[in-house]
Amino acid sequence: MSSALDQIFVHGKRWLLSWIAAAPNWIIQITSSLINIVALLAVFLTLFALMSVLERKILGRMQNRYGPNRVGPFGLFQPIADGIKMLIKEDIVPARADKVVHFLAPVILAAVAILTLGVIPYGRHMTAFTIDGGILFFFAVGSATELAVFMAGWASNNKFSMLGAMRAIAQMFSYELPLIITVLPVVMIVGSLMPDRIVFAQGEYTLGIVPRWFVFTPWGAAAFILFFVSGLVESNRTPFDVPEGESEIVAGHMTEYSGFKYATFFLAEYLGMFAVSGLAVTLFLGGWQPPARLLEFVPSYIWFFAKLSVLLFVYIWLRGTLPRTRVDQMINVAWKFMLPMAFTCVIAAAVWHYAGRGMRGWLWSLFVIVFVYTALSILLDTRRKFARRVYRFAE
Amino acid sequence: MNGAAFIVISVLTLAGALAAATLPNLMHAAFCLVVALLGLASFFFLLGAEFVGLALVFIYIGAVAVLIVFTILLTRRDSKEHHGINPPTPKARAARAGSGILIALAVFAGLTWAALKTQSLSVVPPHIQALTVKQIGQALMTGYVWPLQCVGLLLTAALIGALVLVMEEKR
Repeated sequence: MSSALDQIFVHGKRWLLSWIAAAPNWIIQITSSLINIVALLAVFLTLFALMSVLERKILGRMQNRYGPNRVGPFGLFQPIADGIKMLIKEDIVPARADKVVHFLAPVILAAVAILTLGVIPYGRHMTAFTIDGGILFFFAVGSATELAVFMAGWASNNKFSMLGAMRAIAQMFSYELPLIITVLPVVMIVGSLMPDRIVFAQGEYTLGIVPRWFVFTPWGAAAFILFFVSGLVESNRTPFDVPEGESEIVAGHMTEYSGFKYATFFLAEYLGMFAVSGLAVTLFLGGWQPPARLLEFVPSYIWFFAKLSVLLFVYIWLRGTLPRTRVDQMINVAWKFMLPMAFTCVIAAAVWHYAGRGMRGWLWSLFVIVFVYTALSILLDTRRKFARRVYRFAE
Repeated sequence: MNGAAFIVISVLTLAGALAAATLPNLMHAAFCLVVALLGLASFFFLLGAEFVGLALVFIYIGAVAVLIVFTILLTRRDSKEHHGINPPTPKARAARAGSGILIALAVFAGLTWAALKTQSLSVVPPHIQALTVKQIGQALMTGYVWPLQCVGLLLTAALIGALVLVMEEKR
């Protein structure tokens, strides 16, 4: 019973395909891909709509107000109203803008975000796009984001847009390094770049109680936090949303966009956020694996989306709590702290592996992490260096 | 189906490369170069060399293309040809075009020679072994471990060098 419920979507797809079983092979292949794509889009566009209204409601609660509550029950139909509003708004393209590139930028951004969603396993046998180097695919395709942001900034022919794009690219490049290096220990330990295998490797339980998710090892916990922070930067979320710092550069690379193109930027941002959190769940939080043997009757995809929603809530929570960072500070942190900390995770994972992956390895890798992080915080401490501020150019 | 895919990708790649070489606006040329590179990566996918294709996308579109675009942005004031005080004479222009064609021919000849010399041309498509990431990893960790280490050292040196360059000078 529970396994039938677990595989209900896989069986559903097989049932749909059985209708065209007589067709030539390539038609079946294309139809199978199309079903995956449609399912993926339906789920994540719904999630985007839900998230946009929930975010405003939760932020409202955090700021002692109600948030949207006029359209539909509890304001749940707000995204429909927003969508209609965005669709009927005038689409303004600046006269001096590069029309084609200006149009292509949001399209590429959204396409990249959707592509990266494809390699994440959402449940048992539920990966839209199974590929040997899935993790590499995620980052390879994701790296096109920078180019799309640049296109948006450059094609708008606006100083604010260009500055915003520069900031976005600077922070994305800086944080892509820790983001990828924190993935390395997981890939090393599992010995595969395939997301499905990484999830399978986290399947068992230590002592029958504690699930073997990588977040429960010292290196995994450290890598998870680093990955989460870098993911926050990559998706341009508060407190790292300097590319669109309203008080300084209007809306960054999105300044010259209006109507549905602007909505597409938001869509891409949220889809990117889902993709990065989905990868974090896959790599460190055991993917679709349940947290206890007793709970295995609950379908795997429910576990995945439960973990995903927890991470998304943390995103909203941080947005409601933290002020925006300064751009030079956050880039400094990336190169001076995040990068060595990420490398330490790799070393700690190797120590964990060679000390036998048991209690001994756990303690040794904890020692490595604590030792290096303490040393880093002492060595790179810049607090005492504050001197009287000297203006070189302003006087 | 592979044949159709091959034709589509070839047309896309050639069109992108041609546009990159001929478009007057340098920024557009850079974007078209990205299209051509994407086509090349798709060829690797078609041949079953996923890792190489992904690495190509990762390095060339994720990093090199952005570098090119930034270089154009930081060096050119506008897209039109801007030669300063002395515009080039027709003779100088012809010399430039001639040397460009010569270099292009030399590169093309070298590549053709290399392609004809390899033995993979004699392998019939269905017999090509799909290369898994694991095989590449094992090759890099056993037979090619010294080249890998050398490249790693070089990249680390480059990283440290970049940090030294941007370090604040002591006053």
